[in-house]
Amino acid sequence: MSTAAGGNAHDDVLVRARGLQVHFPVRSKGLRRERTGAVRAVDGVDLDIRRGETLGLVGESGCGKSTLGNALLRLVEPTAGRVEFDGTDVTALSAKALRALRRRAVMVFQDPYASLDPRTTVGQTVAEPLQVHGLHRGTEARAARVAELLELVGLDPSVASRYPHEFSGGQRQRVGIARALAGEPDFVVCDEAIASLDVSVQAQVLNLLRDLQQRLGLTYLFVSHDLAAVRHVSDRIAVMYLGRVVEVGAAEDVSARPQHPYAQALLSAVPLPDPAAERRRERIVLSGDVPSATRVPSGCRFRTRCPRAFAPCPDVDPALQEVEPAHTAACHLHGVVGVPVAAEERAGA
Amino acid sequence: MSEPVLAVEDLRVRMDTPRGTAHIVNGLSYSVAPGETVAVVGESGSGKSVSVMALLGLLPKRAEVTGSARFRGRDLLAMRERELRAVRGDGVGMVFQDPMTSLNPVLSIGRQLTEGLLAHRRVSGKKEARERAAQLLADVGLPDPRAALDRFPHELSGGMRQRVVIAIALAGDPALLIADEATTALDVTVQAQILDLVERLQAEHATAVVWITHDLGVVAGIADRVLVMYGGRCVEDGTVDDVFERPAHPYTQGLLGSLPQLHDGDGGGPRELVAIGGTPPPPTDLPPGCVFWPRCPVRGDERCAGEQPPLTAVGGGGGGPVPHRAATFYDAARDAGEVGS
Repeated sequence: MSTAAGGNAHDDVLVRARGLQVHFPVRSKGLRRERTGAVRAVDGVDLDIRRGETLGLVGESGCGKSTLGNALLRLVEPTAGRVEFDGTDVTALSAKALRALRRRAVMVFQDPYASLDPRTTVGQTVAEPLQVHGLHRGTEARAARVAELLELVGLDPSVASRYPHEFSGGQRQRVGIARALAGEPDFVVCDEAIASLDVSVQAQVLNLLRDLQQRLGLTYLFVSHDLAAVRHVSDRIAVMYLGRVVEVGAAEDVSARPQHPYAQALLSAVPLPDPAAERRRERIVLSGDVPSATRVPSGCRFRTRCPRAFAPCPDVDPALQEVEPAHTAACHLHGVVGVPVAAEERAGA
Repeated sequence: MSEPVLAVEDLRVRMDTPRGTAHIVNGLSYSVAPGETVAVVGESGSGKSVSVMALLGLLPKRAEVTGSARFRGRDLLAMRERELRAVRGDGVGMVFQDPMTSLNPVLSIGRQLTEGLLAHRRVSGKKEARERAAQLLADVGLPDPRAALDRFPHELSGGMRQRVVIAIALAGDPALLIADEATTALDVTVQAQILDLVERLQAEHATAVVWITHDLGVVAGIADRVLVMYGGRCVEDGTVDDVFERPAHPYTQGLLGSLPQLHDGDGGGPRELVAIGGTPPPPTDLPPGCVFWPRCPVRGDERCAGEQPPLTAVGGGGGGPVPHRAATFYDAARDAGEVGS
């Protein structure tokens, strides 16, 4: 939609992650609490999010997609690597500069029941970011802005005095979106923003998000396990597995011609609401479970479940490589590209 | 078609609440034949889960259940608790959404599997029960089933737990399997494994399956027949092909239109989703006419607002053995004819 061809590639990118890593320490039980290992939730991610686009981030539970979204907003501290937002290194920001970032880069959360304070009116909830950032000062100006925001997300401004329990799930999610937009952000992370809504209501929220993007020029990272929804809203799709982005490309390319065996299995497993297509389809049923993020397989981390694993997979950690124009995948089937695994790590894995 | 395993007739569930009487299920009728899968679809609050809990006597006492539900000829709704308990473990298997809450966290997998086998005297003793339990775990594709017997639910992944729940449900060699959002909490690749498993087991044992879900994709994949619920009523039923390809009720049409598609249609890029405005009516305050009327974009007949449309055969259907019916005064086929498409 907005992926302007050509031009300066650097100006085009709003959010850039390089070698981004978020490891959570695992400690022993008892008093000493020694560090015994790490959950490698995000484990070396390179990702560009272009201005005005929607990048869909898909993967299954535990693959690190939410942690990645949080790390881009520095809601969790990366343990290595860097995140640039509009050219500024976010990982090095002071507390004050971080607050300015919080205005421009925001999150819409999954559960509209849990993310709104039940004792705060909807108006207060939406006004809170205005307060924090000192925007639209004065009671009247602030109330006017709240009314404007509620209207923007399709709610009647008169609901400002009501409490969250008076709203349905879809309406609450609209409130969450109004709050996120209060500070006029450039970048919105939608973390499973439609997951807890009914199908007919999901469509309302998806249409709203698209409409807002067009009107306000927003850039979205749309994190979801729902591949059909991601396909619907995204310009590009990134597929994550066990802490890594394993495939990135235009939404239509990734959904029609997935290149990484994991992406292929994932897409083949999505149930289609079409009985004839369901009868024709061949599912790639993966065996086994996702390995624990504390014991990531050496080399390609998908190799333990990959139906097409071969000799180089345990020995070389595959890097993202171009498999067709503007479509990259981290898989040795397209040529062995990547970092050789150190001998001791191979022995340990 | 052979004698149905389950025949539900005019099932109604009412419950008194502080906000008035909730009419949760309002006259539901369907039957399931051996080896057949009937999917009940609907959004939250449509009454789909309550309708099956009512069959098995799992609702609180204050719920008022009327109608009949003949399971192998005997009315489940007229049974005493003791008889029902026998049926639950020995004729009907149940799989619920969250495997963590349907398993007991402090009992080993083996204990939970053998409990039912021993209680219903399907085995002669503990040793045989353990053998049979290991066999059941192997059937549902649990790796190393013998070792799994001594493990606890928290030691297994979500997909593995749901396999255990299915193994428990199948322990009584049920004629009827009821699955209520059984794969909703699982990732798609794991869901694919579980759906494959259920289809395989069903083919082997000619089990009748009632599959309750909100996921129309899952329905398209596994069901023979579909029943679309809204506001506690069946608004449309028929074969999956009829209902998905020629939806007749405006609600079914809206539901299918609001689904994002993974693959593009003929038009190229993704189309705008046709959302259904508004929200479902609360069961304490159902509209007097068609339940969908307040949200309906069509309102094709003056009777819609005040009169409840009965389930009637849809014109222009396949005309096969399974009727395609919809509870609407609006005739989509006639309307299309008028437009001339």
